Amino acid sequence: MTGATTHMTLSGHFTYFIMVFLMIAGLFIVISRSNLIKKLVGLGIFQTSVYLLYIAPGKLIGGTAPILSDAFTVYSNPLPHVLILTAIVVGVATLALGLALVVRIREAYDTIEEDEILERDLKPEGDGKTK
Amino acid sequence: MNLAPHLPALQVVIPLIAAPLTVLLRRRSVAFGVALAASWAAFVISILLWMQVAQSGTISYAIGSWPAPWGIEYRVDRLNSFVLVLVSGIAALVLPYSRASIEAEVSPQQHYLFYTMFVLCLTGLLGITITGDAFNIFVFLEVSSLSTYVLIALGRDRRALFAGYQYLLMGSIGATFLVIGIGLLYLMTGTLNLDDMGQRIASVQGTRPILAALAFITVGVSLKLALFPLHQWLPNAYTFAPSAVSAFLAATATKVAVYVLLRFYFTVFGESAVFAKLPMEEMMLLLALAGMFAASTLAIFQTDLKRLFAYSSVAQIGYIILGMSFDSVSGLTASIVHLFNHGVTKGAIFMLLGCVTLGMGGTSLARIHGLGKRMPLTSFGIVVGGLSLMGVPGTAGFISKWYLLLAALEKGQWWLVFAIVLSSLLAAAYVWRFVEVAYFREPRKDTENVAAMPWLMSIPTAILVIAIVYFGLDTSFTIGTATDAAASLIRGRP
Repeated sequence: MTGATTHMTLSGHFTYFIMVFLMIAGLFIVISRSNLIKKLVGLGIFQTSVYLLYIAPGKLIGGTAPILSDAFTVYSNPLPHVLILTAIVVGVATLALGLALVVRIREAYDTIEEDEILERDLKPEGDGKTK
Repeated sequence: MNLAPHLPALQVVIPLIAAPLTVLLRRRSVAFGVALAASWAAFVISILLWMQVAQSGTISYAIGSWPAPWGIEYRVDRLNSFVLVLVSGIAALVLPYSRASIEAEVSPQQHYLFYTMFVLCLTGLLGITITGDAFNIFVFLEVSSLSTYVLIALGRDRRALFAGYQYLLMGSIGATFLVIGIGLLYLMTGTLNLDDMGQRIASVQGTRPILAALAFITVGVSLKLALFPLHQWLPNAYTFAPSAVSAFLAATATKVAVYVLLRFYFTVFGESAVFAKLPMEEMMLLLALAGMFAASTLAIFQTDLKRLFAYSSVAQIGYIILGMSFDSVSGLTASIVHLFNHGVTKGAIFMLLGCVTLGMGGTSLARIHGLGKRMPLTSFGIVVGGLSLMGVPGTAGFISKWYLLLAALEKGQWWLVFAIVLSSLLAAAYVWRFVEVAYFREPRKDTENVAAMPWLMSIPTAILVIAIVYFGLDTSFTIGTATDAAASLIRGRP
């Protein structure tokens, strides 16, 4: 990998452009949206961009799965795929837990808009004691 | 069968197996027993590991017998054996404490799940500390983080749910930044083993992906360790979580994140010239000072004790980062010692606040008027903790501040000595807020019936308060280990 020293070409770095776009878009959604579900969607997109960062460089054009055979000489690196399998599981767990928390928040606050939640906690009758 | 060579694996595996066991057994007293056994076993193992490392040097353990740069390696050296003792020691004390504490704060049918999450969180923190594999750090980080989000959301206040959700967002962003950084390092070096990475990075030092990796890892881990100004999740999380959870997290979670930062900076990036290319030292110095002053000032104006000490945690993290920014053996010694001493101090303070919650029904300053009369011992304990935060001689906090001052003098930075002393005065101001309310106000009528403290709560708390004073007088364990650890981190630097 000598990407930092060679000239940047659009085709050679296509996956990186996609990755950066997804990353920024996801992060922007997390920051700018007030709806708790939409924030989780943004977080999901943000995490997905990382999958691409790992997977894309592991794939060689013309390479096959790393099962030794006389017919093939070029193999793709399997390690990034395995790592990202783990990261996907982590992402799913995070999303599931996040959604579960949103369900509980809706039960307690009757809303899933961040600004309304903050507003309700300021009111004295909310007092924060019920859940 | 001789188990001694397998201690590094058992350190993580025992709590990991205990977690599903507590779910299967369901009965909360049985679940408590299993969790307690696991946390004490982890504590004993961590001490054995610490002694083994002190005697015969770094231990390398190949998981599944796959040898090191290919397989996952558990690597125990002076630094992480020290952090392991802190994490498992605090867990071993907080767990018995939690039994009585969650009785009042968590609904009974959730108790066994509380223990599950607690041992899972412990597993994650121990795993982050012991592993020598970069991707493994991320996996364990998520194990500990996901269980932490649940533990925080268990608080009885409905704001605990939102605090848990906010921490989930911030924590996941932080962890994802860390994976991006690790991914870039992996692309450039072709290895995930931290030691191997540290050697191979020399050939690609200063390239743009490595600098980007440094930036991503710094921001990601800083979110986790609540470096000012990335600390917004922390005050709410500590305030609304159940008391036992606040105590455990305040003493361990941010400290383990500091360890990760130390590991990446000095084991991975250290030997390359990365630090020379970016003004890292200046940046850390600036953020540390901002944290010390801004967070301490914010702490003075809080109306709830838990929130007050949460802001104080952000300020104390500033001291740890300040020590790191000196980039010298004495600075790192101060950081590592403060990591331990502050863990002990904050653990004790939050455990005492749990006792206050149980006795007085809350920790708001308005409620605890006359705490010195109602709960004299608890109140005295908080004062001891407060003195340690200020850095008064005879407490653990003094030792770390003393070393920090020495490190600043070594650099010839006289104005920093002044800044450290000035920020200690701010600490004195917020501790005084507590002293004034607890000792110079008449107790409220509705707090007359103070519940008696169960011994399961008072004994672990007392042990930790005594530890504050002990580590302030006998520093052979803390300073000895920290100096060795700092020297081994710095060695080989250009």
